[in-house]
Amino acid sequence: MSTLVQSEPSLQAGAAPGSARHLVDLAYRFREHGIVAVLALFVIATTAIQPRFLNSSNIKFTLLNATIFGFLALGQTVVIVSRNVDLSVGSILGLSAYLSSAYLADHPGTPIPLVFALGLAIGLVCGMVNGAVTALGRVPSLVVTIATLYIIRGVDTVIVGGREVVANSLPDSFLSLGTSTIAGIPVITIGSVVVIAAGAYFLRNFRSGRELYAIGSNPDAARLAGIAIGRRVFGAFAFSGAIAGLSGVMWAAYYGTIDSTAGTNYELQVVAACVVGGVAIFGGSGSAVGAAVGALLIATISQALYVLGISSFWEQAIYGLLLLVAISLDRAIALRLTSALRKRSYQQRAA
Amino acid sequence: MQSALRGVAPADSSPVLRLEHATKAFGAVQALVDGSIELWPGEVHGLVGENGAGKSTLVKMLAGVHQPDSGRLVLAGKDVTLPSPAAARDAGIAVIYQEPVLFADLTVAENVFMGRQPLRSGRRIDMRAMVKKVEELLGELGVRLDPGRIARGLSIADQQVVEITKALSLDARVIVMDEPTAALSAFEADRLFAVIETLRQRGTAILFISHRIEEILAICQRVTAMRDGRHVLTEPAGTMTPDDIVRAMVGRSLVQRDEGERPRPGSPVLSVERMTREGVFVDVSFEVRSGEIVALAGLVGAGRSEVARAIFGVDRYDAGSVVVEGARLRRGSPPAAMAAGIGYVPEDRRQQGLVIEMATSTNIALASLGELRRFGFVRRAAERRFATDWSARLQVKYSRIGHPVSTLSGGNQQKVVLAKWLARKPRLLIVDEPTRGIDIATKNEVHRLLLELADEGVAVLMISSELPEVLRIADRILVMREGRLVKSLPSAEADEETVMAAATGQLAASGS
Repeated sequence: MSTLVQSEPSLQAGAAPGSARHLVDLAYRFREHGIVAVLALFVIATTAIQPRFLNSSNIKFTLLNATIFGFLALGQTVVIVSRNVDLSVGSILGLSAYLSSAYLADHPGTPIPLVFALGLAIGLVCGMVNGAVTALGRVPSLVVTIATLYIIRGVDTVIVGGREVVANSLPDSFLSLGTSTIAGIPVITIGSVVVIAAGAYFLRNFRSGRELYAIGSNPDAARLAGIAIGRRVFGAFAFSGAIAGLSGVMWAAYYGTIDSTAGTNYELQVVAACVVGGVAIFGGSGSAVGAAVGALLIATISQALYVLGISSFWEQAIYGLLLLVAISLDRAIALRLTSALRKRSYQQRAA
Repeated sequence: MQSALRGVAPADSSPVLRLEHATKAFGAVQALVDGSIELWPGEVHGLVGENGAGKSTLVKMLAGVHQPDSGRLVLAGKDVTLPSPAAARDAGIAVIYQEPVLFADLTVAENVFMGRQPLRSGRRIDMRAMVKKVEELLGELGVRLDPGRIARGLSIADQQVVEITKALSLDARVIVMDEPTAALSAFEADRLFAVIETLRQRGTAILFISHRIEEILAICQRVTAMRDGRHVLTEPAGTMTPDDIVRAMVGRSLVQRDEGERPRPGSPVLSVERMTREGVFVDVSFEVRSGEIVALAGLVGAGRSEVARAIFGVDRYDAGSVVVEGARLRRGSPPAAMAAGIGYVPEDRRQQGLVIEMATSTNIALASLGELRRFGFVRRAAERRFATDWSARLQVKYSRIGHPVSTLSGGNQQKVVLAKWLARKPRLLIVDEPTRGIDIATKNEVHRLLLELADEGVAVLMISSELPEVLRIADRILVMREGRLVKSLPSAEADEETVMAAATGQLAASGS
């Protein structure tokens, strides 16, 4: 029997700490920084062909386009890391955009923060419905939010009918939010960046944020660790809804003309921005900053196509291609990483 | 083992946990009739019993997953109920499962402290304190592991270390380990035993569940055996022989192999020549003859399963050849391997061997659909007859053959995988860890089945990390180390020491 209990087994576990960590860090850094490199390359290449690309109005346009998607991507990231998805954000944006701007058109004296609060409240309610059905009813969020995508859009269409809110019925102070800039950067972009930064900080540094990653990484383990999964998932959807509601107000300020089609098909572009920005589609990893950069990349491509005079019909095909490349790359890196980590453990053991 | 009672506390102390006459029924099935166990601080307590003996139910009671229908649980002198896993955790009970459930995307430190991270001002997580604390705990266990690395890619042994670290961070008074060594190499198991000894000296009570009786006798102070949902006996480990334990578990002792009756092996069925897969295994050559059981022994990670996968065509190899009955086998093609008469029972039956949500009957027929087909459609009735026939031959126990195979016990699932391949009447059967995690009675049946197959002239290539199993049924033992075949031994000349010495690269056997 004594063969089984050696007196001095060597107690080295796993890979040499330094090397494994280095490898993992590198891969994760590549995920986030790789996209920055792609973005830079893209800007340089486009500018080389058409120097006009880097003028201030193009930059402003690109940033404004990226802002709404980047902002929506914050909410989506919070949902996706918990191994869920929220496809109703486009519809929520549409509903909030119409209701908040119509209210403002009817009550021109309303303070603007109150308009944002109204949009937020509308989004929050929609998000809470998503969260409640997903968390309490244990229905896959893909199904729930496809359903609410149609329901909310339907409600929106019924409310709006054939009407629309037009720009000249809205106060200038509201519309200027979408156009005014500070140091060449649009005001709503600055606001969004602040909120995205706060959201990213929350996801990194607070228990409830980390618990979302834990749930997405391994729901069974999360349950065993005593995490209140239902409450966290509910919170994620409520947050995503609130963000979509706020985006609706931004959208209204930016475009000025709001009918019942506002935000149609936004959901897939937002998910695409997240995935391109390194958020793992099956949860567990990724950051809000990465997702925002993903949104910026997509907006940049869209603007570049316009500047280069390429038909916008290509746009969708290019988004799709980008998504495919991002997912394949992510998968390849993950597989490589896993096998490299294994090999290191193996070599360590052999040594 | 004179020190068997060492560590069991003296009379002035009291047991930290006592479960008395607990019962539990699931519907009509009485899973636990009389579950009783008593754990003392500083004691490693072995729990043995066949699958279905009620061990898992008992463990899940201690884990707060199930609640007893009757009976009492006393923790540190007080009656308690554990309505949830969180309640068990708060009561100081930690459970380490065979395959730990970690957050693959998060760091080791986050895995340890998830949900309980140390905080600094503003309720923010204090990352630095968290990493430092985990470093300290790993140091106490004497294990080197980087708290900052993500859990993805950790070996199962290291994953268990993470779970044990978590238990330590919770100041667990009781640690339950449910078959922790089932997936470990001998080396890793030794490391775990050293950690268990450290825990024991700190005064932790450890409930250690294993199918490996040698281990139980080596590291436990006392042993409790269960059978049919009942407590059978609790004795000091030092007073028991392996045979005593087996008899307590199954009510009978193991069948011993009849050395004399084995026929001489026939002509070679499989010849592997100088097969190499870069970075995985190098220059592997061996033969398996008809009627012969050849075992590939070695540590986990030595490249044994990879050799099997390459032979069957799941993975490609870079150089060398595989010849089956004189004909060279195309590489990288499982269909070609199947056509050549090879059957392959993979290591991970749930992931690779079974379509877990499909019916038992479908699973059994899955590799034989060719002969059950008419005009391209599988005849369901024929499939059912076929499956019923084969499950009767292998004595698969199921409630309905049309129910998903996931409803069967581990041992019966393994029989289903075996039936699937036996139904094809293979010339060569490759089995990878055929008895991992299954109870002794089923293990015996699997062994007898493999021996019968060999008697019928089938060549069997078996990979097993359990040396007693290898020594018991193999005719020849090939030992792999670090991707190379380092030794070939007829079983008559092999014993645990020589095989382990070859597998670990030591000249003499360790620890005498």
